[in-house]
Amino acid sequence: MKIHEYQAKYIFKEYGIPVPVGELAKTPEEAKGIAEKQGGRVVVKAQVHAGGRGKGGGIKIAGTPEQALEAAKEIMGKKLVTPQTGSDGISVRTVLVEEVLDIERELYVGIVIDRASEFEQPVFVASKSGGMEIEEIARKSPESIVKVGIHPFSGFKGFHGRRIAAALGLEGKMVSELSRFLDTLYRIFMDKDASLVEINPLVVTKDGKLCALDAKINFDDDALYRHPEIKDLKDINEESPLEVEASRAGINYIKLSGDIGCMVNGAGLAMATMDLIKLAGGEPANFMDVGGGATPERVEKGFKIFTSDKNVKAILVNIFGGILRCDRVATGIVEAAKNIKLTIPMVVRLQGTNSEEGRKILKNSNVKFEVAEGLFEAAQKVVALTRNMN
Amino acid sequence: MAILLNEHSRIVVQGITGGEGGFHTREMVKFGSTVVAGVTPGKGGMDVDGIPVYDSVIEAVQKQGANASAIFVPASFAADAIIEAIDAGVGLIVCMSEGIPVLELVKIKKLLKESKSRLIGPNCPGLTSPGIGKIGFMPNFIHKKGGVGVVSRSGTLTYEVISQLTDLGLGQSTSIGIGGDPIIGTTFTDALELFQNDRETKLVMIIGEIGGNAEEEAAEFVKNKMDKPVIGFIAGQTAPPGKRMGHAGAIISGGKGTAAEKISAWKQAGIEVVENLAEMGVRAARVLKKM
Repeated sequence: MKIHEYQAKYIFKEYGIPVPVGELAKTPEEAKGIAEKQGGRVVVKAQVHAGGRGKGGGIKIAGTPEQALEAAKEIMGKKLVTPQTGSDGISVRTVLVEEVLDIERELYVGIVIDRASEFEQPVFVASKSGGMEIEEIARKSPESIVKVGIHPFSGFKGFHGRRIAAALGLEGKMVSELSRFLDTLYRIFMDKDASLVEINPLVVTKDGKLCALDAKINFDDDALYRHPEIKDLKDINEESPLEVEASRAGINYIKLSGDIGCMVNGAGLAMATMDLIKLAGGEPANFMDVGGGATPERVEKGFKIFTSDKNVKAILVNIFGGILRCDRVATGIVEAAKNIKLTIPMVVRLQGTNSEEGRKILKNSNVKFEVAEGLFEAAQKVVALTRNMN
Repeated sequence: MAILLNEHSRIVVQGITGGEGGFHTREMVKFGSTVVAGVTPGKGGMDVDGIPVYDSVIEAVQKQGANASAIFVPASFAADAIIEAIDAGVGLIVCMSEGIPVLELVKIKKLLKESKSRLIGPNCPGLTSPGIGKIGFMPNFIHKKGGVGVVSRSGTLTYEVISQLTDLGLGQSTSIGIGGDPIIGTTFTDALELFQNDRETKLVMIIGEIGGNAEEEAAEFVKNKMDKPVIGFIAGQTAPPGKRMGHAGAIISGGKGTAAEKISAWKQAGIEVVENLAEMGVRAARVLKKM
């Protein structure tokens, strides 16, 4: 789960990590008011989950309250397009208005869980080339990146801090200041079950202080059950409504840009089914895993979700019944077809537990469908259906 | 011989009195597994189809000689259940539960290093050795005894490949679903090493997917340590970056973990990469014929 910069900074503040003085504005007028209170230059920052805001014009410096008003109007008045949003862009509902600091140096500091077998633990990633994205740092100056793993049973120790400080080129009293800073960051990561904590840039100000100019925290979805306070931070406006609806029903759904809607059980088979459609010359409209415990109701819900995408011209149902019984899937399909007046042509492959019963249920209904036995045959048939229409 | 399970495996089912635990205990017994005990805290003294239930794993170990565990408990209790089994000295722990916080797995991995236990999973369908038994919930009817080892991060893809093999008359030594989480107990590399050292296994089928670098690490092992043929498939060639594809571990992040990178690593290591999933069985038949 992702949260906004201002929310991450709120958590930082609670733990004593220094952040610039600032406030959230919901309207350009509020932004002006905050700038007046700050007295002086401010930075106006779009609050969206997508990265690369600066490149898309989502971050502006304002010298006066009037300029802050104009900046906020401009940012909130149109869709923000960044390298991470796609060409449609996203709406900006709030902006963060903050003091402008005198910056001496820009650093990068992050914590992730490194999955590589040499780590399999939280790892600090740091570089003295802050300000650009970590992928870009990795391309332009990989030698500046240092990785320091933290054993979960020892926690963060002084030597971890000294090693990172040395890599960042910090000296004197800045070493222990950074060490304290990173210790706190690690505590946030562990306390909150984060999957990513990133400060880019972490700045050293002209008067020799550390400050988190930006803040990003992602959380482990599987740990949200023990963090109700984090769950409440979710901004539903940032999520695709269909994906939210699907996840409420226990379905994994991701919309893509093709025209073949898919329903599959199991994440691996769902990915492989998309790959097969592509291999057969078609384009999948979505990823959908209805899971092992799918009921007829869930199948029906799944159908409603992916057929609400107007690009869908043909459907492929690919089920390998293990725990999941094919007859229950078939019942769900029949119900869905009836309730949503399905007219989109469909190819069905049912294998495994109760597949015969499943096919019988479909045959005895009014649902129009083609049966496929083989996997690739199923993909080829559904691609052929879309071709016939063009 | 197969790997991991043998005729001395005595299984305890943690969560045996739950709906899933009970159902799959029966399926495991039907498949030939020796289930000697169940554990559900607070339900000690009961029995499930004559299998005694205890309050703790240590009791199942002491009273029934359990040396393998099948964990079917909700995610929020699963880390506790795994650590209890490690603490009780259970040698083989297989955890099916999906949705355990990754920081719990970080700690469990460190605990495993100083123990004698091996963990399979979590978030996996378990393992099956036809003729010996199974732990987990792979459907019984798809398997056949033979010389192909199967290892996969995905449940349904495992079933798919096993079925293709069985339909062609090719049996399996052991099939393992290692799980779809970012951090798991037994990795591809661990499983490949077991298959390489198993006399019965002639050929290994490996099914990877996007996210992480487990496939790349497996490629290193195949290149340097394996002489048995390996056939592979990678799911997620059409997956968009930055999106979690169902499994917690299946995500391309920061441009890393793509199918293309993994396929190229495998090809360089001499793994025969199959592009079309439907052809996995046929390719195995062709390789076995040449041997």
